[in-house]
Amino acid sequence: MEAKTAEFTSNVARAIADSQLQGTMTETGPRFIEKRAKARAGLPEFDALRDQARDIKDHVLAHLDLYLERYEAKVVESGGHVHWAETAEEARAAILGICRKLDAKLATKGKSMISEEIGLNQALEAAGVTPVETDLGEYLIQLRNEPPSHIIAPAVHLTRDQIEADFRKAHTHLDPNRDLTEIPTLVEEARTVLRQKYLDADVGITGANFLIAETGTSIIVTNEGNGDLTQTLPKAHIVIASIEKIVPTLEDATTILRVLARSATGQDFSNYTTFSTGPRRPEDPDGPGEYHVVILDNGRSNVLGTEFQDMLRCIRCGACLNHCPVYQAVGGHAYGWVYPGPIGSVVTPALIGIEKAKHLPNASTFCGRCEEVCPMRIPLPRLLRHWREKEFEKHLTPGAVRTGLGVWAYFAKRPKLYQFGTRVAARLLSVMSGKKGRLASLPLAQGWTRYRDMPAPQGKTFQAMWKERRHG
Amino acid sequence: MDNARSRIFARIRSSADKGDETARVAAVEARLQHPQRNLVPERGQGDEAHRIEVFVRMMEAVGGTVEILRDLNDVPASVATYLRNTNRPAMIRRGRDEYLANLPWHRAQTLTVKEGRAEDADTASLTHAFAGVAETGTVVQLSGVDNPTTLNFMPEAHIVLLEAKDITASYEEVWTRLRDIYGPGQMPRTVNMISGPSRTGDIEQTIVRPAHGPKDMHVIIVRRP
Repeated sequence: MEAKTAEFTSNVARAIADSQLQGTMTETGPRFIEKRAKARAGLPEFDALRDQARDIKDHVLAHLDLYLERYEAKVVESGGHVHWAETAEEARAAILGICRKLDAKLATKGKSMISEEIGLNQALEAAGVTPVETDLGEYLIQLRNEPPSHIIAPAVHLTRDQIEADFRKAHTHLDPNRDLTEIPTLVEEARTVLRQKYLDADVGITGANFLIAETGTSIIVTNEGNGDLTQTLPKAHIVIASIEKIVPTLEDATTILRVLARSATGQDFSNYTTFSTGPRRPEDPDGPGEYHVVILDNGRSNVLGTEFQDMLRCIRCGACLNHCPVYQAVGGHAYGWVYPGPIGSVVTPALIGIEKAKHLPNASTFCGRCEEVCPMRIPLPRLLRHWREKEFEKHLTPGAVRTGLGVWAYFAKRPKLYQFGTRVAARLLSVMSGKKGRLASLPLAQGWTRYRDMPAPQGKTFQAMWKERRHG
Repeated sequence: MDNARSRIFARIRSSADKGDETARVAAVEARLQHPQRNLVPERGQGDEAHRIEVFVRMMEAVGGTVEILRDLNDVPASVATYLRNTNRPAMIRRGRDEYLANLPWHRAQTLTVKEGRAEDADTASLTHAFAGVAETGTVVQLSGVDNPTTLNFMPEAHIVLLEAKDITASYEEVWTRLRDIYGPGQMPRTVNMISGPSRTGDIEQTIVRPAHGPKDMHVIIVRRP
């Protein structure tokens, strides 16, 4: 998918001015937080499980080559095929190759962020294979030709009215006078339309939440059952997953599953957790005849062994998005690529380069809630800070910011001068604000005062007050 | 693609000083040969009565329904009654599972029982669960001719027969049982863990049932005295 990360600043301005989006975000945002809090409270072992989940993934990353080798051997042993892809292009080529061999015309798809990352739908269409997203949220955004705005709730930015309009446009074979005002009616319509697609599909493409080295198994987690119909009914099941999805054993997968749904939707367990190993067996009356796994690197192996390695523990639950004040203010599309929110701001520069994604690490207030809720205990603020350092080192930071930082550093290194300066500034601002104690406009800070007043200093600096207290 | 494979592995291996290679291999072998349980939550732990109680509570919390029978022979009549009460045709699809095949189906004479994988027109299915997990009210189904996978997803009503003795406290016990039957490192083609009927929250975060799978999930627990 083409990255629009460079336009982050204008994307944000547009998002903030979009009253419909703002309404949806305000409405739905807090629900995710409540649900997770409730699920966490319901399991006393939750935080201890997070520690173990982190340790499992750290162990995997330190032994990734060995676990990948074992996983591959087990897939082959169970009759499946493994395809390695260094780049998005190679992954697309591998999938198109399988489709061509099977003369596939229609591909149903389970929800997969990797598929978004490699722009699979466009490639399938160009090759004459019609891709049909079957996760309801993904189907909704496919109709609109939009990227997902959230990792687990891709259509969280849409209202039922927008969806009704899209359905009327897309499902022209249905009665134009039908009533589509209620959400269950919309879901029912999608169910009926997509059921036929499952039956007609030649290949089913899903992602994987985990790949188990012990057994050569891929796992998908859904609530709708769409992933299962996608992978069970067609001639072939193609799994697309990235290298860091590996876990050693069934027990290890189980531990991480216990924190996944609780962090994502606040469920104790998702409705459908499915473990798939190889193609249909000789006696089986159903299941896919072929089983393929495409394993994508796309820059991830470059992250191993660096200060950014911890990002590879991510299980894509979306909790950091739900708890991020920046994400909740601007929504997912503003980020401009596949992965939004705090984890997106960390992953995107690693996958497409900090040059293109330089704005994203700055889209954070460093409030730390993302790290607080991450089930895999990824130190997101620290990783964002590392990216800001890289940005500065590579001279990607705008001139005004660099100059500003230079000026600040000059004073910060000269404490006497610094104290004098801040004392004068505090007094000045206090006088400027008059009796209100607030400033409606301020030179060099219009970015702040355009949206809200600046609280004025009360006349003394922090250091002066500190000194008084210690002596007082 | 083979080049891609070797380049990916080369980069992973060169990524950092990973220490003694023999020790790394030994650590991985030990972990895979002797899978260890991590922390197992207490919620489901307890005697059979406790496990049933937790299972029922959790399954009902996610929109499933549960019925407990003392006598296996009552299952056919119970299935017929369930279908009648939910206004569904008196028809059921099941796999070749002997446990299901040997039920006294003649006791529910109006009920049509078909065998095989699910067809699109099927309105209800009956499967025999490999296990139930109390912790989250989860049913475990294995693929194969006995209980084809499509039965879990295509019909509008999914009825599951679950023996009380097969309700475990946690998922971990299911893995142990599977390894005993299939051998270490071996799995059936598909293991489905199912917790309640199909749902979606993708429109305005409002929960709607069903999405693509069954609208109703009904678990019949057989607990012999």
